[in-house]
Amino acid sequence: MSVLIDKNTKAIFQGFTGSQATMHAEQCINYGTNIVGGVTPGKGGIEHLNRPVFNSVKDACSETNANVSVIFVPARFTKAAIIEAAESGIKLIICITEGVPVIDMIEVINELKNYPEARLVGPNCPGVITPGEAKLGIMPADIHMKGSVGIVSRSGTLTYEAVKQTTDAGIGQSSCIGIGGDPVNGTSFIDCLEMFEKDHQTESIVMVGEIGGTAEEEAAEFIKTSISKPVVSYIAGVTAPKGKRMGHAGAIISGGKGTAQDKFKALELAGVSVVTDLNLIGARLKELL
Amino acid sequence: MNLHEYQAKELFEEYDLPVSRRGIISEKDQIQEALESINFSNGCVAKVQAHTGGRGKVGGVKLCKTIEDVQQFVDQWLGKRIKTIQTDENGLPVNVISVEELTDVDKELYLSLVIDRGAKCVSIILSEAGGMNIEEVAEKTPEKILKAELNSNFKISSDQISLFARNLSFNKTQESEFKHIVENCCKIFKDKDLSLLEINPLVITRAGALHCLDAKLNIDENALFRQEKIAEKRDASQEDSREFEAKQNDLSYVALDGNIGCMVNGAGLAMGTMDTIKLYDGEPANFLDVGGTATKERVSSAFKLILSDKNVKGILVNIFGGIVRCDLIAEGIIEAIKEINVEIPIVVRLQGNQSNLGKRILNESGLNVIGEDSLQLAAKKIVDLVK
Repeated sequence: MSVLIDKNTKAIFQGFTGSQATMHAEQCINYGTNIVGGVTPGKGGIEHLNRPVFNSVKDACSETNANVSVIFVPARFTKAAIIEAAESGIKLIICITEGVPVIDMIEVINELKNYPEARLVGPNCPGVITPGEAKLGIMPADIHMKGSVGIVSRSGTLTYEAVKQTTDAGIGQSSCIGIGGDPVNGTSFIDCLEMFEKDHQTESIVMVGEIGGTAEEEAAEFIKTSISKPVVSYIAGVTAPKGKRMGHAGAIISGGKGTAQDKFKALELAGVSVVTDLNLIGARLKELL
Repeated sequence: MNLHEYQAKELFEEYDLPVSRRGIISEKDQIQEALESINFSNGCVAKVQAHTGGRGKVGGVKLCKTIEDVQQFVDQWLGKRIKTIQTDENGLPVNVISVEELTDVDKELYLSLVIDRGAKCVSIILSEAGGMNIEEVAEKTPEKILKAELNSNFKISSDQISLFARNLSFNKTQESEFKHIVENCCKIFKDKDLSLLEINPLVITRAGALHCLDAKLNIDENALFRQEKIAEKRDASQEDSREFEAKQNDLSYVALDGNIGCMVNGAGLAMGTMDTIKLYDGEPANFLDVGGTATKERVSSAFKLILSDKNVKGILVNIFGGIVRCDLIAEGIIEAIKEINVEIPIVVRLQGNQSNLGKRILNESGLNVIGEDSLQLAAKKIVDLVK
């Protein structure tokens, strides 16, 4: 078992024929992921990467029975693309696009309340991978290895760092979820922790956070009451100054809240094994298992 | 992106919010004209326009009774820099001064709209303790903070407004003024893609009317593509010149005060790299995210940016190659180094696709570049080299 995606996943790409989407869809296909087609409005009817292109998600779904969509459309069209996917019955929407206005995301979250079965991951995230089964995102495939740790992270390349270390340690991953670095997003740390707790393949969890907001503190509360599996956590941004946005829209210490120290403290109190050295995620996990 | 107070108040006027009439002075010969545009009979409040709070504490906001007072204030500030508890040691340039009509203040309140990350909505925050640092109020006297979430239409219910009004002991007229202010603040927030709207203080005048004495607006950078009019109001002089230049080149840069320059792909890993340097007793000079695809052009402009900081004695490049091949990145780095003639030591950590080949290319280049594939070793090495 695994979480969110597996070998039975049937996925489409929205913004399929764009250059980034093409490159990454190709990588996903090469990994063995079942990509059944894609959507580019106005290009319906053509073939791309040997797969059918549709004008709308609705058409794509009725022709291919797709249940997952990966969104690669430009930021200004992302709100409409996510809502279109949910309306068309897509159950898992993985939004890679970065730079989506936060007001748009609030509107998306409100709209998705009408589709309780649809789950959004992202935006501004690397996607989801279940090693050995399916890859839907922009992560490099060859650092992954099928195994037992579930990884959840707010940051892309930092996720890869954790993945690489757990592969080198011989542990491997059940699934890896990038939830994205924006202030308002779909799936939260808590959602992922809950899924990993229920998943039989997952024996331990790595949670990679960063400064800004209180998502890690909330996750810590949840871990205390509801997670029985060992959790290792790293938080980026100990050296970040206050009031400066560190790349991600969400990574900003405002009003003295959201510092790395606050998060370390909350996680330690919840019984999480916190590493302050990014390079020791894999080693610490190995010690615990 | 931030607006100046006077720009925020101009926007407030478009939404019929009560703000003081004001004149704007950006040249010394504009004082007369600025004062003529307001009722100056009892004097005015002169305010330095800069992207910082705490202006009042350092004399940047002053009651002026006579035109000579204004003249003196302008002489003191215009063209100078203002340093507050919120700015760095260099302070911010003062290019504009506003002169506002006086307001007789009876009571100071606090009103703001913020992105509520936990609830994934916009929330309104109110307090009877206006004019103070709201974070302090929230910490010491949390009972003085009132909060409510806006609904999915970015509006607030009449019941909620009445509840607020009762809590703040407003009379009927004040309640309807309050309703007007709150409703229009909600409208501005949505219309203009704000990430923060703060009125501190929102005052009750001696005559009993509600009045926005200050105005602070932050605009969501991601939405500037559809906020062209607001984007034009950007005052680059208030931003770190390197951070501003970085933005123009699609790089994300934040200046720090150490001596090891960092170039990293990905914001999280960039923070992680800074933290690693610090952990091994070095001091990072900056945060710099070159973005997912580290092309030669981007790497080259990133090097230029890092080197414009004269404190930098060495550079750590940390690229998790991912799908991009590390040998291509290595070649890009070498070309960039040759092109701009970097003389200080550079340690490059390459990880991911073809990292061994990338490392070899760097080590055999004959340049002052060391290739590594472990971040730990790379960080230790650059810390040693700058000592």
